[in-house]
Amino acid sequence: MSIYNEYKTKLTPKIIEDIQDYLKDKKVNDAKLRKILDKVVEEYEQARVHAGESVGVIAAESIGEPGTQMTLNTFHFAGVAEMNVTLGLPRIIEILDGRKKIKTPMMEIYLKKPYSAGKNVKEIALSIKETKLEEISTEFSINLVESAITVALDKIKIKELRITLAQIVTVVSKQLKGFSVKASKDGSSIILKSRSQEESLNEVYKAKEKIKDTHITGVKGISQVLPVKREEEFVIITAGSNLTDILQLAEVDNFRTTTNDIFEIQEILGIEAARQAIVDEVFKVIENQGLNVDVRHIMLVADTMCVSGFTKGITRFGVVSEKASVLARASFETPIKHIISAALIGEVDKLDSVVENVMLNQPVPIGTGLPGLVTKIKKKEEK
Amino acid sequence: MAKETKDKEKAKESKAEEKLEEVKEETEEKKAEETQKEEAAEEKKEKEPEKETKEEKPGTAAEETQKEEAAEEKTEKTKPEKMELQEQYIYKQVNSIVFSVLPPKTIKDMASAKIVTPELYDKEGYPVDGGLMDIRLGVIDPGLRCKTCGSKLKECIGHFGYIELARPVMHIKFIALLLNLLKSTCRDCSRILIPQNKIEKYKEILDAAEKEKGLEERRNKIKEIITNLKTINKCPHCKARQQKITIEKPTTLFENEKRITPIEIRTRLEKMPDEDCELFGIIPPHARPEWMVLTILPIPPVTMRPSITLESGERSEDDLTHKMGDIVRINQRLFENINAGAPEIIVEDLWDLLQYHITTFFDNAVAQLPPARHRSGQPLKTLTERIKSKEGRIRHNLAGKRTNFCARTVISPDPMLKLNEVGVPMVIALKLTVPERVNEWNLAYLKKFVENGSDKYPGANYIIRPDGKKKKITDETKEATLEEIQPGYIIERHLMDGDRAIFNRQPSLHRMSMMCHKVKVLPGKTLRLNPAVCHPYNADFDGDEMNLHIPQTEEGRAEAEILLEVQNQLISLRYGLSIIGCVQDGISGNYLLTKELVLSRQEAIDLLSSVGIEDFSKLPKKEKIHGKEIFSVLIPDDFNFTGKTRSGEEVVIKDGKLISGHMDRNNLGEGSGLLLRNIHKKYGKHATIEILGNIFRLGIFVLFKHGFTTAVSDTDLPEGIRIKINETLENAKKEVVSLIGLYYDNKLETFPGKTLRETLELRILEVLNKARNETGKIVANEADKSSHTMIMADSGARGNLLNLAQMAACVGQQAMGGKRVEKGFTGRTLSSFKKGDLSPEAHGFISNGFKTGLTPYEFFFGAITGRDSLMDTALRTPKSGYLYRRLTNAMQDLKVEYDHTVRDAAQKIIQFDYGEDGVDVSKSENGIINIKRIIKTIGV
Repeated sequence: MSIYNEYKTKLTPKIIEDIQDYLKDKKVNDAKLRKILDKVVEEYEQARVHAGESVGVIAAESIGEPGTQMTLNTFHFAGVAEMNVTLGLPRIIEILDGRKKIKTPMMEIYLKKPYSAGKNVKEIALSIKETKLEEISTEFSINLVESAITVALDKIKIKELRITLAQIVTVVSKQLKGFSVKASKDGSSIILKSRSQEESLNEVYKAKEKIKDTHITGVKGISQVLPVKREEEFVIITAGSNLTDILQLAEVDNFRTTTNDIFEIQEILGIEAARQAIVDEVFKVIENQGLNVDVRHIMLVADTMCVSGFTKGITRFGVVSEKASVLARASFETPIKHIISAALIGEVDKLDSVVENVMLNQPVPIGTGLPGLVTKIKKKEEK
Repeated sequence: MAKETKDKEKAKESKAEEKLEEVKEETEEKKAEETQKEEAAEEKKEKEPEKETKEEKPGTAAEETQKEEAAEEKTEKTKPEKMELQEQYIYKQVNSIVFSVLPPKTIKDMASAKIVTPELYDKEGYPVDGGLMDIRLGVIDPGLRCKTCGSKLKECIGHFGYIELARPVMHIKFIALLLNLLKSTCRDCSRILIPQNKIEKYKEILDAAEKEKGLEERRNKIKEIITNLKTINKCPHCKARQQKITIEKPTTLFENEKRITPIEIRTRLEKMPDEDCELFGIIPPHARPEWMVLTILPIPPVTMRPSITLESGERSEDDLTHKMGDIVRINQRLFENINAGAPEIIVEDLWDLLQYHITTFFDNAVAQLPPARHRSGQPLKTLTERIKSKEGRIRHNLAGKRTNFCARTVISPDPMLKLNEVGVPMVIALKLTVPERVNEWNLAYLKKFVENGSDKYPGANYIIRPDGKKKKITDETKEATLEEIQPGYIIERHLMDGDRAIFNRQPSLHRMSMMCHKVKVLPGKTLRLNPAVCHPYNADFDGDEMNLHIPQTEEGRAEAEILLEVQNQLISLRYGLSIIGCVQDGISGNYLLTKELVLSRQEAIDLLSSVGIEDFSKLPKKEKIHGKEIFSVLIPDDFNFTGKTRSGEEVVIKDGKLISGHMDRNNLGEGSGLLLRNIHKKYGKHATIEILGNIFRLGIFVLFKHGFTTAVSDTDLPEGIRIKINETLENAKKEVVSLIGLYYDNKLETFPGKTLRETLELRILEVLNKARNETGKIVANEADKSSHTMIMADSGARGNLLNLAQMAACVGQQAMGGKRVEKGFTGRTLSSFKKGDLSPEAHGFISNGFKTGLTPYEFFFGAITGRDSLMDTALRTPKSGYLYRRLTNAMQDLKVEYDHTVRDAAQKIIQFDYGEDGVDVSKSENGIINIKRIIKTIGV
């Protein structure tokens, strides 16, 4: 153990762990172990990046090149029941754009011990799913005389959800402030009446449509749930995402539960978590397409998106707008805008990135163009 | 050529400069102007010293000439002596560029001519003085000399002129800003509508924002402040009432419904103190609000708007010249009318017209204005259009360059070439040249090329004298040239074997799309490459063309050789495995050889020598030699390796001998397995391409000797099997029918979160896919393992079992977007089906194989999905291309620093250690440090 400690500064924890793992059942004396570790250090040092390496371009190439090979459509062939998720190129674009609203938000909810083994999974799943008034009712009708709305309820559905009429009434009246809500005498429907006296018919109609969206039970935003067994464990996959509310549920293992909505993660768990989420999501898509891209490239992209403390998309409004060089920004998109705003404040382009120097036919300060030569030149005698 | 690009660049700069009214301080220009307008220049120098921040080291060699003159007069620095040997050294470098708005005074000062007449040429076709083609603005005709600087065509970079506008005119690009300025300043005292005591506070807020989050944040804050000011209606300084200011797009401003003329706007803005400008994001020495109302218009040099002489001898002027002609004409008319005391209405109309022309001169795509057009109706390309977009100056000419010394033709394969060679046709070798400098040691050698002339290979096409004069070598000049040659001359000799060339195939998505090869001059008309390097280029030989570039300098050649050569690109930097490997015949040949072939000793030696091996000592001394032993000859003696074949068998190479297992794509192919990666690790890049080339050639020669072909009969199946397959398909169909029955009876159990119909679809797909896979299995089991089609599939050289099953048995379900085919007519897919038919056939299940032939409706389904996938590719390419462009643009200046951190151009830290462990992917093994291998080499 102590020998490993000596190498702590020379090797990464992952490598040391791997060595330990590999040598676990083998008998290795100290001298040999040292020899092994020295050799690993040597190879590790050899495998390190050189200074000046243009890792940014390499990362961009490594993601851009396989991008051309990715499918545009979501293909999942053998039709085992799975959620429909945006995959392939559109998903990558969505992530890297840093879009606030994603096409198919999705959560993977892990459960705590007794539940993860399968206890009450279906019930938990059902309780998470958002139910709207429309789903538990059979009919919405308007009483023209009283300008009231009668909602006939679906008893079977209500039974399934294990809620009572009284509960529905309280939930609905809480959300619809302008209405008085009552259960009908036979208990088969609820009646809503507007509190404001003079309500035009038109407004009642509008109200009727609005009422349909009233949230009854479950977590807001979760439109579908699907309990799946994954290696001895039950996981609930959902369409729609609401990390804040889900994490507060007692049954949920909030260490492993995730969503594919990066902005939600950023808001709740912070920028570091968001960065990790970007890496994971992009990697998942690329892997799913059967392509081989090293994580380091994806990490670099995620890091450029997150350095400022907020996730910024790789667009002219996001990462690119923060570049220091006027010409670099101008060469991307909307050149005129950039040049004009630069002129107003007398911006100085220090010419220290790539495009500007390409524009001026000068060597770029990257890779072999980076090192300069410091030397004293003998001053030639003036004539 | 280099000079031409340079000129273009300059043209662009001057253009941008003038158009945007910003000074881009490029010394050469400045200096050229300064020489000419000495006093003015002197003055300016004093006035704006910090603007001249730019480097004390301008320009490249191309501008040497004009700079010299400038340098002589201005900077009393060491002026480059006139050496006999005029080297093209870059001795100075642009350090920074300052952007700012051109003040009217500078426009006048830097101008070399005042333009007063719209006429271009007189009767003799000579440029009119004071016209737009005035020869003081530069020369575009051969033979003429510039009146300003005295240099000839291509030497003179052109000079600005100016027009005095009869009435001031708004600058379209600053309209939004002008509106904001007027809204937020007092109409009487021109102060910003912020009380004096608060101005400092706001400035502090802005500075803090800039310090914290950069310039972009400062701009956002400014916007915030300004929007808040718009509602204030009493000036905190002079207590004057404010009026409501509105804009009628594009360029007319109103105050309380009353028009404010540019004259009035200008007088208001002139009064604005510098202190207040800062709060609008205008920093005074660089820009002043009143400069945004033009009183004087710079005229770009003629060199940036050359006229073209048509075949008929007629002159066709540039779009910009046309537009400026309009401006000058209207401006003159306006002058005349004002002087003649014409009624205000007429003057105002002309004024508006002038405004229109000037607006479209800057930007001919302003939303509310009709674009100015040619007589033919096509819109003029004015300043903004010249700069903007992909075909604009920035992306087309500045960020993208063109080169000489390159070639392009169709490519074709040649496995006998080395991996790092490229076959160049003789015709190309005669045209492309390599410059070689004469010295006393190579004089005789280089003279031989000149003796051969330009038609005889290997000859030379040009010589370059030390003074930079280029001379073509012809039969007439040959003798004289030979006499003349002495050390210091450069000979441009023909391309020869062993020269370095950069080979490229578009789209260049990779750095592996441009690699350096050694030239091999060959007969024929195509560029030749080893098929094993097709993969990094993504090339095939169905008519692909590729480009060849010959580096012209020693630095270029050195970099090409050290960084770009094929062996240096072996390990993909995307995933850390070999990107080059055997393909096609190279794989199937080695598969056959290592799996089952047993050859006589003679045959074995024959085979190896045709590959290029001369040392047969490694062959066992026996009569019958197994293929594995032949293969082992190519492997170094101390190489050890274990791996897996595609079928899961263990591959063991011990002490350079293939002991068990056989070669297939898992070990030989690109991007898979560690065999090639380990060879590379142990023996280095040069050995690797040597070994790989030999293995590849061995595979091909095995097939030459053995014979290899595919036939339709490979897909033949015995009668019994046909029946079996049909049975499986029938059963599957029956199952589907029963599923449909259940669906109609509402007895189908739905999947959670799916509707009944969706569940049915999923279930049907499942059944049908299972059926197809089953037929595939039957075919795989029954097919003759020794048939060449199977060998190709098993070795991974080409095709897979699915392809075979599709040919022999059943094509299977045609899917569109993950579902069965649905679209077509109402309620049905094709008119030959009943509406609402849910059966497999009616939704694109093809139960025939390609060999038996498809029924008409099956054929249609195949066509439908085929077209769908074509659409997919066509739509995907631009999308992924744009993503790629954004990625490169955002990340191109990230680099690893000497302290291991990854930083951007502004030295902002992106990562503390690249990829968290600092490992270069192209030096790793599939992204990791291979602990297992290292420990094994030490031995536990």
